[in-house]
Amino acid sequence: MAKKGLLIHYDYCTGCMACVVACKQEHDYPAGRWGIMVKDFTRETEGRVQVDFLPFPTDLCDLCGRRTAAGERPACVKHCMAGCMTYGEVGELARIMETMPRSVLFAPR
Amino acid sequence: MAKGTFVRTTAWSPGPGCHGGCGLELYVEDGRLVKVEGDQYHPYNQGRLCPRALALTQYVYHPERFLYPLKRVGERGEGKFERISWDEALDTVEERLGEIRDKYGAEAVIFAQGTGRDVGGPISFLCYSFGSPNWVQLGLAGHSCYTPRLAAMMFTHGDYAVLDAGQFLPEGMADPEYEVPKVIVVWAQNPAAGCQDGFYGHWVTDCMKRGSKLIVIDPRWTWFSSRAEKFLQLRPGTDAALALGMLNVIISEGLYDREFVDEWCSGFDELAARAAEYPLDRVSAITWVPAEDIAQAARLYAEARPAAIQWGVPIDMGPSGTTIAQAITHLWSITGNLDIPGGQVIARAAFEVATYPFSTQELHSLYGEEFVKRMNEKRIGAQEFKLLRNFRGWGQPDRAVEQMLSGEPYPIKACWIQTTNMLGGQAADTRLHYRALKNMEFNVVVDCFPNPTSMAVADLILPAASIAEKESLRSWWSPLQVMMPAVQVGECRSDWEINLELAKRFNPELRRRFDTVKDLIDDRLKPSGYTFDELKDGHWKFPEKDTPTRPYRRYEKGLLRPDGRPGFRTPTGRLELYSTSFKEFDMDPLPFFTEPPESEVRTPELAAKYPLVMVSGRRSPVFFHSEHRNIPWLRECDPDPIVEIHPDTAQALGISDGEWVAIFNDRGRIRRKAKVTPIVHPKTISVPHGWWLPETQGTEPDLYGIWDLNCNLLVNIGPGDASGYGGGPYKTTLVAVKKLGEGAAAGRGAGDTAKRGEE
Repeated sequence: MAKKGLLIHYDYCTGCMACVVACKQEHDYPAGRWGIMVKDFTRETEGRVQVDFLPFPTDLCDLCGRRTAAGERPACVKHCMAGCMTYGEVGELARIMETMPRSVLFAPR
Repeated sequence: MAKGTFVRTTAWSPGPGCHGGCGLELYVEDGRLVKVEGDQYHPYNQGRLCPRALALTQYVYHPERFLYPLKRVGERGEGKFERISWDEALDTVEERLGEIRDKYGAEAVIFAQGTGRDVGGPISFLCYSFGSPNWVQLGLAGHSCYTPRLAAMMFTHGDYAVLDAGQFLPEGMADPEYEVPKVIVVWAQNPAAGCQDGFYGHWVTDCMKRGSKLIVIDPRWTWFSSRAEKFLQLRPGTDAALALGMLNVIISEGLYDREFVDEWCSGFDELAARAAEYPLDRVSAITWVPAEDIAQAARLYAEARPAAIQWGVPIDMGPSGTTIAQAITHLWSITGNLDIPGGQVIARAAFEVATYPFSTQELHSLYGEEFVKRMNEKRIGAQEFKLLRNFRGWGQPDRAVEQMLSGEPYPIKACWIQTTNMLGGQAADTRLHYRALKNMEFNVVVDCFPNPTSMAVADLILPAASIAEKESLRSWWSPLQVMMPAVQVGECRSDWEINLELAKRFNPELRRRFDTVKDLIDDRLKPSGYTFDELKDGHWKFPEKDTPTRPYRRYEKGLLRPDGRPGFRTPTGRLELYSTSFKEFDMDPLPFFTEPPESEVRTPELAAKYPLVMVSGRRSPVFFHSEHRNIPWLRECDPDPIVEIHPDTAQALGISDGEWVAIFNDRGRIRRKAKVTPIVHPKTISVPHGWWLPETQGTEPDLYGIWDLNCNLLVNIGPGDASGYGGGPYKTTLVAVKKLGEGAAAGRGAGDTAKRGEE
């Protein structure tokens, strides 16, 4: 089976934390365990402040195997308020990425 | 995921806590809520969901949750409560409030709520059934949350208006009638961190993906500022000057929509003359924004068609909030962006079904014009403020708290406090509100969890149901929909259930009209022709085309005025750039700028002592106001009560990132953990509001740390304006900051400042 992954159009990640809590609910992780984290990369460059966030699937990310087996999207992808995450085959996602500036591709585990 | 059975409902209030609107799937196993998913078929959120709604199971089954009615058995503040039955609780309320009504009149009881949640309908219903005119957002200085903006819109164009994100159309942005705004002005809001005023914040990102360019106006950099064509980082509280400066550019450069102005507006020449008093150099000096940036933003907005403005509560909180809002409405009016696709669409409750009465017209439809008039005779603030007397039904919050202590012009003896934690939240001058509530003979708190307010002042506590446990209705704005219970938790009851039962006791005539909450909902749904049963299980309804509650261009079609003629629902039938109503209310009929009550310009000596402008109230996506600090999944995303401080300012004060600092002025001192960040201006600090620590001591004197952490200890009450609305100085309070050094963490040693409530 082709390797699956997450394409994250981080330019659109607003730092809303929906993916973080969706993941905890799906996996029943207590506070302190994270399947995905959102990091703040805010910085100042030449008089402008760039507010950027990046979701980072951790080693606990299983791409919501139970959900995807039932034809559902991973919990983070479905609930992302900005709709900036896509689940799919890594090769296919990489092709999408060619026309998606400021994006990253994750192939967890 | 689709497993087990689920109940399809709409989120509005306890749980996510917000202004609501999202479609939910509530999964139930063995009578227990096990999971929450977004409803992908719901037009509002299309399956997406915020962290607060996703954490609903931790909220519903939280170990601290109120599950039964409780009566106080110790002193107020000792935290000693005893479980009682609902019968005893309701009998007690009936008896105690009944006695006060007999002795002092119904107006001696204030019915207090917080933000725009699904409590406005039930609490106004109970308040009026009891016979009190005093439905109040107690603690909200200047009544500065949406009502000032609503008043400006109502008296300018006879209706409310919102950014068109396709939310009034069944197909949303895919509807063939819809057009995406070419330019969006995000004014004083971070739409990524919550859905304010019934608007799903990420509709703005949806528009950006479809090509909308941004202008952002804010004292603080946000995700949106970083992606804007123009970012205007203005001095807090100077929004009116900026709007007038932009109007001046648009008018003097001829960029306005002449045809629309000639055909539909009045007072243009007067507005042009007023705007001319705001040349760019003056506006730049007032606002800190470079003149060229103001001019470019004005041109970018005016030359785009359609263009729309998404605005936030800081506008209400500016000095004379109503007039700031009025200036901003004129931007969309003179550019012809009103009620066109992708512009500012007129917003009415779907099918004119009133849930939470948002306007005088809705109050009349629910309770009759005579009743509303009679209520105005004693409504707090209605004699003093003519605008307030002629708009909606709220009592004026600042006058209310003063009257709770003075007893003038008539005594206030009891407070019904429904899902509002004002002492941990919105109450400006927290000590004043603390003393006022302690001065009451009887306080009832209806809520979900213990909080500083319930701990300090409750005599009786009634457990409120969450969104997962209630029947209700929603028509803010479209579609029309109902809420369905999925589970029962303890003996919790919904706000509607509690208030209907008590309303029937206070006004027995209601017994004939409503047996159950469903009867009441069906009654309210009548203008739509639908019933509760027809709307449940996801059968929400959008109004049909060419009806008064669906866009577009209703002023051309005669769909706005009661007489069916084209035009607007104003005294003159025109869009009044010069407001004849404001003139009648002894207000300036045109917008103007006034300095914040405290500022480097108005009070230079105070500014020398307290050189930083404290801007409170920035939103966190994981909290709603003072809620959710007790929800583990949410708290770990935003764990500390922080203050955002610019690196240059921090360096000058010797403050490092992560250290505890004191923030103070003549009104008091609080502590916060410094977050050193370039997103704030060096002359401002951003202090998130609503902070208390549920994990710490709740009993007096600590009250979960509010005397150490609550930024509103430093903020004065309002109002700042002749309208009675606006000028709650939450965004413009002058403060100083200093290092605290070792051992200064919050939650420990609260005792040194804890007694401040008694001062």
